[in-house]
Amino acid sequence: MTAPAPLVRARDLHVSFVSRDATVKAVNGVDLDLDAGEVLCILGESGSGKSVTLRALMRLNPPNKAVVSGELSVAGHDMVTISDRQLSSVRGKVVSMIFQEPMTALDPVYTIGRQIGETLVRHEGIGRREAEQRALELLELVQIPSAKRRLQAYPHELSGGLRQRAMIAMAISCRPQLLLADEPTTALDATVQIQILLLLRQLQQELGMGVIFVTHDLGVAGEIADRIAVMYAGRMVEAGSTVDVMRGPLHPYAKGLLGATVHSGLRGTRLTTIPGSPPDLRHPIEGCAFAPRCPHALETCSAGVPEFRPMQAGRAVRCFRSEEIAGATTRPPSRTTPQGVLLP
Amino acid sequence: MIAYILRRVLYIVPISLAVSLVCFMLVHIAPGDPIDAMVQPDTPKEVIDRVRAEYGLDQPLPVQFGLWLLKVVQGDFGTSLIKGRPVLPDLISASGATFVLACTGGLLGFVTGCVFGGIAGVYRDSWIDRVLLAVAVAGVSVPHYWLGMVLVIIFSVNLNMLPAMGAGPGGSAVSIFDWEHIRYLILPSITLAVIPAGIVTRTVRGLVSDIMSQDYITTLRGKGLRRHGIVGHVVRNAAPTTLAVIGLQLANLMGGSILVETVFAWPGTGMMLNTAIFQRDIPVLQATTLVLALFFVVLNLLVDLVQTSIDPRISRR
Amino acid sequence: MSDTQQIEDRGGPAQPLLIVKGLVKHFPIGSVFTGKQVVRAVDGLDFTIDKRETLGIVGESGCGKSTASRLIMSLIAPTEGEIVFDGDLVGAAGGISLAEYRRQVQMVFQDSYSSLNPRLTIEESIAYGPKVHGTPHREAGERARDLLQAVGLAPRQYARRFPHELSGGQRQRVNIARALALRPRLIILDEPVSALDKSVEAQVLNLLLDLKEQFGLTYLFISHDLNVVEHVADRVLVMYLGKIAELGPVDDIFGRAGHPYTRALLASRPSMDPTRRRTQPPLVGDPPNPINPPSGCRFRTRCALAREICAEREPGLYEIGAGHQAACHATQADSGYGDSRRLAA
Repeated sequence: MTAPAPLVRARDLHVSFVSRDATVKAVNGVDLDLDAGEVLCILGESGSGKSVTLRALMRLNPPNKAVVSGELSVAGHDMVTISDRQLSSVRGKVVSMIFQEPMTALDPVYTIGRQIGETLVRHEGIGRREAEQRALELLELVQIPSAKRRLQAYPHELSGGLRQRAMIAMAISCRPQLLLADEPTTALDATVQIQILLLLRQLQQELGMGVIFVTHDLGVAGEIADRIAVMYAGRMVEAGSTVDVMRGPLHPYAKGLLGATVHSGLRGTRLTTIPGSPPDLRHPIEGCAFAPRCPHALETCSAGVPEFRPMQAGRAVRCFRSEEIAGATTRPPSRTTPQGVLLP
Repeated sequence: MIAYILRRVLYIVPISLAVSLVCFMLVHIAPGDPIDAMVQPDTPKEVIDRVRAEYGLDQPLPVQFGLWLLKVVQGDFGTSLIKGRPVLPDLISASGATFVLACTGGLLGFVTGCVFGGIAGVYRDSWIDRVLLAVAVAGVSVPHYWLGMVLVIIFSVNLNMLPAMGAGPGGSAVSIFDWEHIRYLILPSITLAVIPAGIVTRTVRGLVSDIMSQDYITTLRGKGLRRHGIVGHVVRNAAPTTLAVIGLQLANLMGGSILVETVFAWPGTGMMLNTAIFQRDIPVLQATTLVLALFFVVLNLLVDLVQTSIDPRISRR
Repeated sequence: MSDTQQIEDRGGPAQPLLIVKGLVKHFPIGSVFTGKQVVRAVDGLDFTIDKRETLGIVGESGCGKSTASRLIMSLIAPTEGEIVFDGDLVGAAGGISLAEYRRQVQMVFQDSYSSLNPRLTIEESIAYGPKVHGTPHREAGERARDLLQAVGLAPRQYARRFPHELSGGQRQRVNIARALALRPRLIILDEPVSALDKSVEAQVLNLLLDLKEQFGLTYLFISHDLNVVEHVADRVLVMYLGKIAELGPVDDIFGRAGHPYTRALLASRPSMDPTRRRTQPPLVGDPPNPINPPSGCRFRTRCALAREICAEREPGLYEIGAGHQAACHATQADSGYGDSRRLAA
């Protein structure tokens, strides 16, 4: 029995942005596989290349500045060689995207209904009126109250949560196989964020979509992901199941990130921090990009780039010394807070 | 929406009153006595006083204004001091001529500006952007009278293709229905269009390149919309601001028409005004200024209403 | 760095450093034609901040927490209410002058970049305040370099740099140093770490806790991130639509929350345990608009416990524990809540 082809397969994906002043190497060799119906979270800080990687999957980086190389296929389409014409029929139909700021990601002078309908008219060859009807059903699917009235609303007339729901309705309108989500809950209030996460989880299961979800928030990743991949300076540094990565990260950066995430039970203690700040990707980096901030770094770490080595149980890590420092990875067992909130 | 339109239309009344007051006053603040221009230098004082009283120029200013306004509302703009006949018929024909010239020049300028600006904005920082921008800057910098004369020298004097002055063959009135008359319209319209075209080009270029870098354009690309689909969104988003800039350019058009009409001897309000200034023909001066100003007010209102109706973000209460 | 000392304690340790009484801010909107409407951004705030404590304010967008911070900083004038600083009424005859108050209260904003003058080096930025307040140039420069050292930026390396040459975390350190330059007693921190990456956020939080000890500071810490507030605050104030929903010691708020909104906020945090994910959203919908807030209890439209009484009568701020208050009828036996019927959704 041969395994089915993965929904997304990227090998040695590179993206750089070329301008007159500088060349920024944003993504430096990313390998990525996603099965149909799987949810992957790419976790990283600003400048880690997580959003650029996501946009590269549907060639949404600015075409006149971004240089992409490597192998990349999405649902059987070779996204590196695909023609513009084919690309436009894949986008929105096979793969679609939601963004961090629904206010700026929606056209301010078109009604919500028109913007959702537009996608349907483009890909399903139906008329305006039928598209409007389908848009109404979609708004109900994403649980927007008084959907009929909201169809005629402009983005600025909706609250942040409703705007993001409308954005999601638009993205899933043609039942894509792959949904890309670029920090879709970061700009939202806490009580709204959890609603949107639950909605996405529910839709993902109902529609069987593969989802790649980019976030900087470990807690958000824990709520939605099957697998987590951690990015640093344009490379994957660790990947594994959500439980494994959150319970016992192997890479020093992933460990540091978990330690630096503020959560209950740390009151009165000093937070573990990662010293320094991420590297400037305008300049070439010798060796392991994390070495200057790494508490375990040896001189040899700066000599060459460590490989992204597969470990047991579908995990992988990009560190020369992960075995040697593994002893320090155990974290205290989870405990329950009075509200029944489980914390690590 | 209807209430909004009504209210905006009602605003016109106080604005027009203020405009007419300014028009009336400006003439009186300006130095020089109109009676001096009418009579022989050695006319006896009693005659001058009689003439002054005949034209009501011996009354206090507020009374003069009141009387003038009362007549204007009834369509009586007075009698020309120089020509000695009612201003109104001349004013109507001149307004028609100016309207035709301003519309053609404006249309030409705005359409060119939008097309040039759109192309430059989409292909920002390419060679075509640089060429169009250079043309736009040149257009803004060239004075009307200079450009008008250069065009006349090239197309009328050297090439003998187009007429140099007037509105129609043999001094006939303006018309846009036959080629013989349209020929007369070409050079003045181009001259008038150049500055608005340059300004609109620069504005639209900035707008379009800004819109093209917005997140929602990325969303549209992500939805699989093709180029022409995206262009529709760009136009809808650029339209309100573009219209506002066009509205501001209307003033330029009015001012420009005075110079252009003078250069091309175009029988419009601009030339009428120019002549009236030199001859100190106060009733004509007041009438033409008022018409030009009201023209401007009404056009601005129209631009405002269109802008409001196409931009959902402007509240229409 | 002892040339200018912090203004000494006047009221003694028992006197709260800041007392906020009946603070109200209504922003008028609309025009002559549409009729007047007001945004009730802050609608009656009463609280105190003790000396050397950290009061955390949490709430969602539109709850008025940022307006409250600007009112307390006296960047905007309140519609009603007064502020008492160490026993002195602010801006009143016989009280503390506005200029003196503004020297003793400093603010750090979320956006580290736009709160620094891009044309000044960071040393000049930090020295600017003291110079304006009459410190000699050389002394102000020296103090700026001392403060850079204190916030963990080596003066030799950073003093001559411009804001755009620093990372977000470094700029926020500069903002903190600038806030410290006038030796304030109260620092208002308005979402100071919200724009920072997680690894940098932890660095800045540690720094803030260290500086508080070192300089004997009092903090008003505003954040939407409950985890951060739980980490730094001694007492917590929960705001909802311009009013106080709950106020109390941090352990009571996080352990024995009395207001259903506080409980929902707490339950909205991601679980941090992928094996025990949330299955139900604690609240549905977005916060309502502060232009037309609901009658009675403002939270009732989203509250699972709402009954008729909640629409009829606005709850007071009831004492439910030592120093722990909640504005909810359900916490009170004699509020009439028990006899009231459930509110139809």
